[in-house]
Amino acid sequence: MSIDMSQFHQVFFEECFEGLEAMETGLLNLDTVAIDSELINTIFRGAHSIKGGSGTFGFNVIADFTHIMETLLDEMRDGRRKVTQSVIDVLLSSVDCLRTMLTSIQEGEDVDGAIVGKYRGALEIELNGSEQKPSAAASVNAEIEVESSAVATVAVADEFELIKQGWKIGFCPYLDLLKTGNDPVRMFRELAELGEYSVSVNINDIPAFFELDPEECNLSWALEIVGDIQVEEIKEIFNWVEGDCELDIQPFDKQIANHTAVEKITEPELPVQDIQQTKAAQVETKILVNTEDSRPEAQQSENDLTKISIKASSSIRVDTAKIDTLINMVGEVVITQSMLSLIGENFAMDQLAQLKRGLAQLERHIRDMQQSVMNIRMVPISFVFSRFPRLVHDISTKLDKKIELKLVGESTEVDKVVVELISDPLVHLIRNSLDHGIEIPADRIAAGKPETGTIELKAYHRGGHIVIEIIDDGRGLDRKKLISKAIANGLIDENSILTDKQAFELIFMPGFSTAESITDISGRGVGMDVVRRNIQALGGNVEIISDFGKGTTISIHLPLTLAIIDGQSVAVGDEIYIVPLVSIKESINITENMLNKIAGKGETFRLRDQYIPVIRMHEIFNVQPNNKSNPGEGVIVVVERQGILCGLFVDELLGPQQVVVKSLETNYRRVQGVSGATILGDGSVALILDIPGLVRFSNR
Amino acid sequence: MTQELKTQDTYHNRNNKERESAAQYLSFTLDNEEYGVDILRVQEIRSWEPVSRIPNVPRYEKGVVNLRGSIVPIIDLREKLCIKFTEYTHLTVVVVLQTSDDNKIRTMGVVVDSVSDVISLDKTKIQSAPDFGTKISNEFINGLTTVNERMVILLDVDKLLKLEDLEISES
Repeated sequence: MSIDMSQFHQVFFEECFEGLEAMETGLLNLDTVAIDSELINTIFRGAHSIKGGSGTFGFNVIADFTHIMETLLDEMRDGRRKVTQSVIDVLLSSVDCLRTMLTSIQEGEDVDGAIVGKYRGALEIELNGSEQKPSAAASVNAEIEVESSAVATVAVADEFELIKQGWKIGFCPYLDLLKTGNDPVRMFRELAELGEYSVSVNINDIPAFFELDPEECNLSWALEIVGDIQVEEIKEIFNWVEGDCELDIQPFDKQIANHTAVEKITEPELPVQDIQQTKAAQVETKILVNTEDSRPEAQQSENDLTKISIKASSSIRVDTAKIDTLINMVGEVVITQSMLSLIGENFAMDQLAQLKRGLAQLERHIRDMQQSVMNIRMVPISFVFSRFPRLVHDISTKLDKKIELKLVGESTEVDKVVVELISDPLVHLIRNSLDHGIEIPADRIAAGKPETGTIELKAYHRGGHIVIEIIDDGRGLDRKKLISKAIANGLIDENSILTDKQAFELIFMPGFSTAESITDISGRGVGMDVVRRNIQALGGNVEIISDFGKGTTISIHLPLTLAIIDGQSVAVGDEIYIVPLVSIKESINITENMLNKIAGKGETFRLRDQYIPVIRMHEIFNVQPNNKSNPGEGVIVVVERQGILCGLFVDELLGPQQVVVKSLETNYRRVQGVSGATILGDGSVALILDIPGLVRFSNR
Repeated sequence: MTQELKTQDTYHNRNNKERESAAQYLSFTLDNEEYGVDILRVQEIRSWEPVSRIPNVPRYEKGVVNLRGSIVPIIDLREKLCIKFTEYTHLTVVVVLQTSDDNKIRTMGVVVDSVSDVISLDKTKIQSAPDFGTKISNEFINGLTTVNERMVILLDVDKLLKLEDLEISES
């Protein structure tokens, strides 16, 4: 039975990352006072399925590592171990470690053994150290214990091989074991990895040849396995066949076996503390990486993350309910279609009304179908939000701030691509709020605010857009400092008068994000230009409202999907182009003599009190003017690009419409000034203008 | 029985060999000259329909059309091969071809005067194109062959439809 397992790897990794996320969320919500056993179960299940999966796929490093976590969690689940903050922290960092390991394996790289060893050590210490279960048999072997405690587990195992200890396993599967897809050989192979093992098979039950059913399992086995193995490890292997067999696991030698259990339990206090300190130091370094102090590294990891998300975007998990709706819809369409073809077969004029009704029905079904197909691409925004509790937890600990994160509207749905691309900018904004927005508790009390700061992350739909708001009750933006900083940096003129909005906009200016400005002003501005550029690349925009001393609200408006945009179709000669509606400010009917020339070439148009540059679409796209429209008359479409206005001179406006964005690059190439194409109602192709690209192109 | 099997084997081999050396080409005309492309690259043949022009690209890239929902560029083969341009008539056809460019499969249409035939050729009968020096570029030409006493120029689809990189000339 040889199956190419690699085809399932993608699914496995996805499941693992999902499991890790579930574990992380669970761990963060875990309260050390009021223990929610269901929550521990969830975490345990996450670890368990990762372990099972990685074992099946032969990723033993992960299986081994998860096993230790699982053991720890198992004890917590059974109430044998107290849930303490230190255990939670160790488990959290182990989740991180697992994620790194999985990523390395996914990329086909080698797992960094040193890091894994480090976290593994921390886990084992937690596992062995704080266990306080008394044991009667402990005294006999306690001395050996103390000596071996500092040595790594591998060494321990070696030492105990001298004493013959192990397990006898009687394995008698029911006849239909093979039909459930289980393979005893594979399980034995796994057993062999645990230690030295021998097996004998009982063939007495095999019936006569003519009565033999090859699909039945008539064999039973007696296994002996020697080594430092816990009964759980063996049970784990037989976990899948539980209920399909008779299983009898007996310790090899009772007394020495007891000692095995002891070895895991007792350990002197002192080294534990030592190592725990080192462990704390490790956690510290890790958090450091997350903050701005070590920017390049943080950026690096962010880059890695985007790399993963791009890779992962090739597949999608869809709620089956959505698919069922779609199937229903297709059924309806098929019924309507057959009804129509029935009418068409023997058509008479008196059936016209019926035909029309049928067509209307078809139209409605197809529109519904389009809607539900688009819905498949939609995922809840919680995909992004779910990583923030962790981020806030880590950074607030690091900064010694008390911060509560509120998530609102996590189930708001948005296109998968948008979700993937928005996550990095959001991380940046949240980090800014944590670092510079929320004050330290002392300052907050002094300002008459509750000690615990609040950051609210809110998502909701408005129109065809999704709005994501980050609201903090921190110190807000200091308008005066922003302006003086901008003047000092030469970004604005000394005498210019800015509205609040314009002043806050300053933090998005590229040159504004200099290092020293972070510390003295309320701080923001680190890479905010990048944040804004990323959001604009998604066809959205970002706004800031701030009340000095009271807090800041950053709202991000994003289109629900990148596949459909609102556009305004314009005519230029015989061609039709689509201008994205988000970039249009207004449109004005003009005649040629309303344009002014600068140096005989560059044309400008006076929009109220402002002269704006004009791009003649005919010239830039080399379109022959057609004779229909009056020469010299046309429309100026005023578009905005990063706060700068610009006029597109076109022949005529044709009307707004929603267009489905198609890529030109699939079969063709990137074209300057064009972001994509769409298919119009009559089946012809219209190009969608890329306003920033167009302006750049015309400036050359 | 073994004997019989053996003969069957040789028969299969012979058949395979034939298949390997034989190839089918779709032939079409451009200004009285006959050209051929590998038929496995041909997706479909359509009549000419107006295209949406793409700004600031070479003349021979006529524009894009909607081919059942995907945007497909149309290239005028006359202009690409520097043959005199003629107005499109109702006989003008577009041959939709699949090309691979850096492991990326693209679908593109080429405008030709008319399609003529599907020709089966023995690969050994294809001769390489003579060197014309600088007078005519033979980079798109796979070889020449003779069908019914007429010369057919076999084109290399991938090289023919390789898009020139405009980004470099623009920046």
